[in-house]
Amino acid sequence: MTEATQAGQLMEVPKGVSLWQDAATRLRKNKLAMFGLVFLIFIILLCLITPWIAPYGYEEQNLRLGASAPSAAHWLGTDIFGRDMLTRILYGGRVSLFVGFIATAVALVIGVTYGAIAGYAGGRLDGAMMRFVDILYAMPFMIFIVLLMVVFGRNILLLFLAIGAVEWLTMARIVRGQIQNLKHQEFVEAAVSIGLSPFAIVWKHLIPNALGPVIVYTTLTIPSVMLLEAFLSFLGLGIQPPSSSWGLLISNGVESMEEYPWLLIFPGLALTLTLFALNFLGDGLRDALDPRSSGD
Amino acid sequence: MESLLDVNNLAVHFHTRNGLVKAVDGISFKVEAGKTTAIIGESGSGKSVACYSLLGLIPKPPGKVESGSAQFDGKDLIQLSERELRKVRGKGISIIFQDPMTSLNPFLKVGTQLIEPLRLHFGMTKKDAWEKATSVLEEVGIKNAAKRMNSWPFEFSGGMRQRVVIAMALITEPKIIIADEPTTALDVTVQAQILKLLKDLQEQRQIGVLFISHDLSVVADIADDIAVMKNGKFVEQGSRDDIFQRPQHEYTKKLLNAVPTAQKPPSERSANPLLVVNNLNTQFSSNTPGEIIKAVQDVSFSIERNEIVGLVGESGSGKSTLGRSVMRLVRPHSGSVLFDGTEMTEIEGKNLKNMRRRMQMIFQDPYASLNPRMSVYDTLAEPILLHKIADKKGLDKEVFRLMDSVGLARESVLRYPHEFSGGQRQRIAIGRAITTKPEFIVADEPVSALDVTIQAQILDLLLDLVSEFDLTMLFISHDLGVVRYLADRILVMNEGRLVESGTTDAVLNNPQQIYTQTLLKAIPGKSLVQNNQILS
Amino acid sequence: MWRFIGWRLAQAIPVILAVITITFFLVRLAPGGPFSSEKAVSPQVQAALEAQYNLDQSMPQQYLSYLADLARGDFGPSFKFPGRSVNELIFSGLPVTAELGFYAMLVAVFIGGLAGVIASLKPNTMQDYAPMGLAMVGICMPSFLLGPLLVLVFGIWFDVLPVSGWGNSSGDKILPSITLGAMYAGYIARLSRSGMLEVMSQDYLRTARAKGLPEYLVITKHALRGGLLPVITYLGPAFAGLLSGSFVVETVFQIPGLGRFYVQAAFNRDYTMILGTTTFLAALIVFFNLLSDVLAAWLNPRLRYQFKKKT
Repeated sequence: MTEATQAGQLMEVPKGVSLWQDAATRLRKNKLAMFGLVFLIFIILLCLITPWIAPYGYEEQNLRLGASAPSAAHWLGTDIFGRDMLTRILYGGRVSLFVGFIATAVALVIGVTYGAIAGYAGGRLDGAMMRFVDILYAMPFMIFIVLLMVVFGRNILLLFLAIGAVEWLTMARIVRGQIQNLKHQEFVEAAVSIGLSPFAIVWKHLIPNALGPVIVYTTLTIPSVMLLEAFLSFLGLGIQPPSSSWGLLISNGVESMEEYPWLLIFPGLALTLTLFALNFLGDGLRDALDPRSSGD
Repeated sequence: MESLLDVNNLAVHFHTRNGLVKAVDGISFKVEAGKTTAIIGESGSGKSVACYSLLGLIPKPPGKVESGSAQFDGKDLIQLSERELRKVRGKGISIIFQDPMTSLNPFLKVGTQLIEPLRLHFGMTKKDAWEKATSVLEEVGIKNAAKRMNSWPFEFSGGMRQRVVIAMALITEPKIIIADEPTTALDVTVQAQILKLLKDLQEQRQIGVLFISHDLSVVADIADDIAVMKNGKFVEQGSRDDIFQRPQHEYTKKLLNAVPTAQKPPSERSANPLLVVNNLNTQFSSNTPGEIIKAVQDVSFSIERNEIVGLVGESGSGKSTLGRSVMRLVRPHSGSVLFDGTEMTEIEGKNLKNMRRRMQMIFQDPYASLNPRMSVYDTLAEPILLHKIADKKGLDKEVFRLMDSVGLARESVLRYPHEFSGGQRQRIAIGRAITTKPEFIVADEPVSALDVTIQAQILDLLLDLVSEFDLTMLFISHDLGVVRYLADRILVMNEGRLVESGTTDAVLNNPQQIYTQTLLKAIPGKSLVQNNQILS
Repeated sequence: MWRFIGWRLAQAIPVILAVITITFFLVRLAPGGPFSSEKAVSPQVQAALEAQYNLDQSMPQQYLSYLADLARGDFGPSFKFPGRSVNELIFSGLPVTAELGFYAMLVAVFIGGLAGVIASLKPNTMQDYAPMGLAMVGICMPSFLLGPLLVLVFGIWFDVLPVSGWGNSSGDKILPSITLGAMYAGYIARLSRSGMLEVMSQDYLRTARAKGLPEYLVITKHALRGGLLPVITYLGPAFAGLLSGSFVVETVFQIPGLGRFYVQAAFNRDYTMILGTTTFLAALIVFFNLLSDVLAAWLNPRLRYQFKKKT
């Protein structure tokens, strides 16, 4: 046969189903995870377009109205300054989600790089790097973060760094563990015996196969980070007014919860539902990418 | 003689999400006192399901015993309630499972696990049960039994652990023992010991044994009656002699023929070594700090061009490490590996890459040796492009050519490893090994993970490729039967050292060293070999 | 065994030292000193105060003299509460926080552990979904949200439980303990569930059943040991989390514990108090991590055996 015909044959050949496609199908079947994904996209979109759709100005006060329960004009009520809660919750969401994603990204970059190097290098370098991680792990970071925030003032940049500094440790451990396991797999030995350079091996063989747990853990780190930010804001150490985050809104709500419970309930609901969505999605990803862990 | 167990028309179905699976589709057999009934089948035949279902040990929601009866001790096991079945389990009928590494609870002492059936079924006190368990442990050949009762499972080797499992099955003096592939996970010499142990115990106590296996040669020595199972049914059933000497069904004949009993005929060879290994030493540091494992100790040998050399040894002998040392996948500690005149232990960089093109490896586990995220096309194309065997234009043609050589259907070129069977995956791995047109191939137990019938196909494929492409091969295996079929010369390794070497005929029929002799004696299925002619 | 413990203790000391050092210099680097927020004082009075508290010495000198005091077990005087020493304050708040932490840990381990085991017995049924759903709520609802909500519902709307204080009215320990423990109960429930599921598919359970053991014995005698191991390993980090979580719970429920002191000290720039509580809390966490690791190693026979071999 001529080359052209043979190449043409390639086109009619049935395509295989890759592991990623397999996983995507499994994920789609998981109702909770899909709910999480949809909700997440919905909330993110909403918060992104907030400046254009918010019914009221963020700072717009209505002192005559004061705090009022949900009504037609104000779907989620108003706070003691008469500010519309729906607007405030949307703007707060922007901040909380932003911190969540950025801090996770910081942790991701540091953690993956560190873990990949340690895992691939092995030997003494790996030992030293992981010893460092172990020491950091033993440190009571929460205590430090509180201290940092008090001492150095309420700087959003510092907030990211502080949170990222805590979360990268586990990411590094996971990546290193994955790479170590993979290193000893026979297909990696096969790649070596073919004569591939170490760079090609890491890039083409190791990383694509290590991505699974990284993706899962990233999705589960975001809620962790958001909780941390909310925690700090609640203590007065995180986001400062006039900015707002869900943590801060909850903190305000607690102060006046007896008379105006909606000031606590709605921001609380927003935070909790978003965290639900992220966790369900993360669980779903874990089950989809490694069917053995689903337990049935 | 009245049988201990009389199974009639047993059918077990699984109602899964993907439909109805008839795992067992109407089988009948008997087990008699002091005799062994063997059920032979490849994976997926339903042999294990059949036996577990007798004791109700299959997962019940998807699984269900549709029909049939199993008469034991005056009752029909199939009709018994869960509570009544529990009285039979471990008391009237015991089970020995396949993998001794996982069938004992790692968190409980051996003694604790041994006395459980005694206390449960006979209500013995802990003290009495402990004494009895100790004596049974001695009976199965564990020295220092009293002390060992307080040991943890991981403190035992594979063979010793299986003895513990046997002790646990025997301890209540059951009438029947179901042995589910009890020696598959063990080395050949250990297997021989365990099989002998079972035979002795059976004779002493007149136990009826139901022996499940995929390995006809193992069963040839110990079974009285044999049933061959495929897709849930018995395709043939009869006494041992009937099955081995007068097989009726196609499948039975196929299974018998798949066991390699032929010996490779000697051939003329000019002295033109391709690979010369001298005083090779490879070592690792173990998990306990300070300890070094000497995997390969002072090994020297040579391989001529176009030869197939078989490297045999049991697990831990160092044969895999030797193969990897020769391939430079592992750095030898000292010694030399001369490949066509080039010293392999020293070179790096571009030189190493060029040498790698000339030697390739085939691994044992076909699934683990393929990158699960790369299609067949990707896997085969990678080495082609790397060593510029063909350019982008000629790539497709080359890939198809390779697939033809190893017997893979062209339509499957874009599929991923998980969409293939074990045998097909090994074909892909073999295809990858010959992409660079190598001169030398190291095959590390390439058929050990495959079913018997598939094994035969792959072995023949390898022989064809060796002659078609003028290859030289180092074939590593623990299975002497396979090595006898393929190899011109044999190297025997034990605990890191090369114990014996010589032509196939010399080593197998006139072994000089004691270890080799022990190894040969331990090979099961002697009676099979005697019945078959040595082909020339 | 003892070598292992000794080795871990040796590792712990540099950690605690690092904590002390970092905290020490961090606090002093911050803008504002302990007295800067007070009403304006004349320079001489300021100088006198500083001399009294050693603030006029150079940093390295202050550091070393602090370490010396520490070695004697003296955390120094509190800057904010003249006349009271840090030791005094720590030990007044400690019993309260300890008790709160203890109850919260009980909630987390027993309720969480039990929920997870129950869920694992019938996966993907209501028996699984219900406890795991609650676990998810625990994880997704931070203590500073859960606490107030519980207070709202049980303290204000239904008025069945007290909403503040500790040990003053009966039942006032219930809400704070649940609030603090809820999140960890959630994590532990998930851990015990996945641990048990992993074990349930193991061969040795099949062996146990084949011996004729009834299902409840298979679970309690054979499965639990392996299944709950991940929970034991988690206890260390859980404890650390509980301690930091106590900051918030003590604030919400107005409990006079160590956590609350810590936050106040941080705000007040009370150097010695900050240092004292940080060191103390850090030491506690490190110690508890060690305990949990030792316990996990002890329960895993293979590790236990390796230690015995070496010693």
